[in-house]
Amino acid sequence: MSAPAVAAPAARPGIGRTIARNQWVVGLYLLLAALLAFTFLIKPGYGPADIESLAISVLPIVFAAAAQAVIVIAGGIDLSIGSLMALTNVVAAALMAQSGEVGAVGVVLLVLILGTLLGAVNGILVVVSRVPDIVVTLAMSFVWAGAALLVLGSPGGSAAAWFMALADGTFLIEWLPRAFVTMVVVLAVIWIPLRRSRLGLSLYAVGSDRVAALRSGVPIGRTKIAAYAIGGLLAGIGGLSLSMSTGIGLPVPGPYTLGGVAAIVLGGVSLAGGRGGLMGPVAAAFILALIRLDLVFLGVTSDYSQVIQGVVLVLVVMIGGLVELRRRRA
Amino acid sequence: MSAAPAGTTEQLPASARVRRLFREQPVVPLLGLLAILVAILLTVQPGILNRPLGWANGIVYFAVPLAILAACQTLTMLTGGIDLSVATIASMTAYVMATQAPSQGDPAAILIALALAAGVGLINGIGIGIFRVQPLIMTLATGLVALGGANVYQKLVLTAGSRVPEPVAVLGSGTTFGVIPNTLFLFIPLALAIMILLKRTGYGRMLYAVGDNPVAARLAGVRIPQVLILLYVLSGLLAGIGGIVLAGAAKTATLNAADAYLLPSVAAAVIGGTSIFGGRGGYAGTIVGALILRVLLGLLGAMNTPEPIRQIVYGAIILGVAAAYARVTDDG
Repeated sequence: MSAPAVAAPAARPGIGRTIARNQWVVGLYLLLAALLAFTFLIKPGYGPADIESLAISVLPIVFAAAAQAVIVIAGGIDLSIGSLMALTNVVAAALMAQSGEVGAVGVVLLVLILGTLLGAVNGILVVVSRVPDIVVTLAMSFVWAGAALLVLGSPGGSAAAWFMALADGTFLIEWLPRAFVTMVVVLAVIWIPLRRSRLGLSLYAVGSDRVAALRSGVPIGRTKIAAYAIGGLLAGIGGLSLSMSTGIGLPVPGPYTLGGVAAIVLGGVSLAGGRGGLMGPVAAAFILALIRLDLVFLGVTSDYSQVIQGVVLVLVVMIGGLVELRRRRA
Repeated sequence: MSAAPAGTTEQLPASARVRRLFREQPVVPLLGLLAILVAILLTVQPGILNRPLGWANGIVYFAVPLAILAACQTLTMLTGGIDLSVATIASMTAYVMATQAPSQGDPAAILIALALAAGVGLINGIGIGIFRVQPLIMTLATGLVALGGANVYQKLVLTAGSRVPEPVAVLGSGTTFGVIPNTLFLFIPLALAIMILLKRTGYGRMLYAVGDNPVAARLAGVRIPQVLILLYVLSGLLAGIGGIVLAGAAKTATLNAADAYLLPSVAAAVIGGTSIFGGRGGYAGTIVGALILRVLLGLLGAMNTPEPIRQIVYGAIILGVAAAYARVTDDG
């Protein structure tokens, strides 16, 4: 793989890296396909209904990973994503309990704005305080989780019927879950315009080399705040997806912060920033969920499956590290 | 601190000298903050003055495990790393000790448990030192593996029964002469050893060097993989010791006993002035940071704050101290 990179014209030095990056993502989708095939093999009755429940269960972690990915690409990290999702989830559930079916449209818009604002608060605190991202967002994870408990002291609230239908059932054919369609549409609507915009380029620039970005006239502070705001928007959508799949609000953060980090790392987003996209993390989220599912089908108890998942994660990042090392030496 | 340039102090204006003091001796302002928190606590709950020792011991019993776990974060953060597996290692160590004690005897149970803790640390070290995996993700994953393994183990030994060895309970929650918490007899030598390791030994200097500039450290002949492997083994061992002390304080060992200590352990190191980017910090500040967090929790408890507000204030104070610290020590 290093040979074509060397042979590439000098005018496009990034092409070797692009190939390698896409190789990783292509490899992930092949792995996902293999896992799906394996699932059908070990559970012959695996059908549309199972695919549907898989898609619904993966929805929150996909959005958590997408939120984390945008922030990590810009050189940050947000350890408050899980808390943000809990907060937006309870706000949505508490408001929908009173809004009625039509008013729920307003609630959704409100929660999206709220998520964006809360994410922007994280970003502003990071930029203004000059405290490392990981510390700021760690502290804010307590704040958002506390706020979630203030909104709803115990699990409760509700969700509008049309809203839950967005993730329930299938679309056109029985093999295509609506939750999957919702996911793809939402991510495409946010990510594709972003990736092609000036801001999208700035995110990668700031994440890969701050100094170079600054010297090229990229406003570092504003770009970082924007990354956190978009991350907050996606975390808000993640919170809404929790409402969609459960119908209630849960004021306790789920395992989405670290789960999201695991998915993006497996998905080829470098924690050092500036590299990766959304295609990889989405596949990674499905892969991690499928591994858990297959272990259940194989009769492995959930404790062992935790061990195996951890081992898979370690092996994958170690292989990734080796690939990286060899490429640097080549 | 050991790398601080000397000899330019006299030309600096007063404000810069204050900054330099704060940067090099973060313990001083932190002790001030601790004193303020204690003063507030005393005004809110004057009853403490009737039994000051009992109150202080209560703080110490749970501040010591936190400070030991925060030592793991301090050491790893000096090299630009972090250890998110400490809580799992701590709980696992305590649990293995408590379940092995009835059949193996106390000393053997403690050794088996600590060997396991060091083993998880070794895996961390190999992944981070040799395979160059991000410490955040490596320790996160090994934490998952260890937790799953411990759960499997729990099912296997369910019938064997468990007990916290008597010496551990005495160490964790007893007092000598009715006034001195026994944990201090373990913690003070341990803390001194860590500080001497960091300030007076070649290995300590290597940790700062690796965190400050890994390339320069490598060119200067530091064998980074070996340094990191030893570091994470040490961190695993310390986490195990912290878990045992915690089990002694709580007089019971469960598989999620130390979960609540993970984020505070990072926070204690950060509040104590250790940079998460590596190369700057020390253990003295971390100890004060751990004390501040415990007193803060006590204060919020004494004020009967509802849990949500407690979390919000807790987070806001961590952020506030870290931000104030960044402001004061910033050269720009």
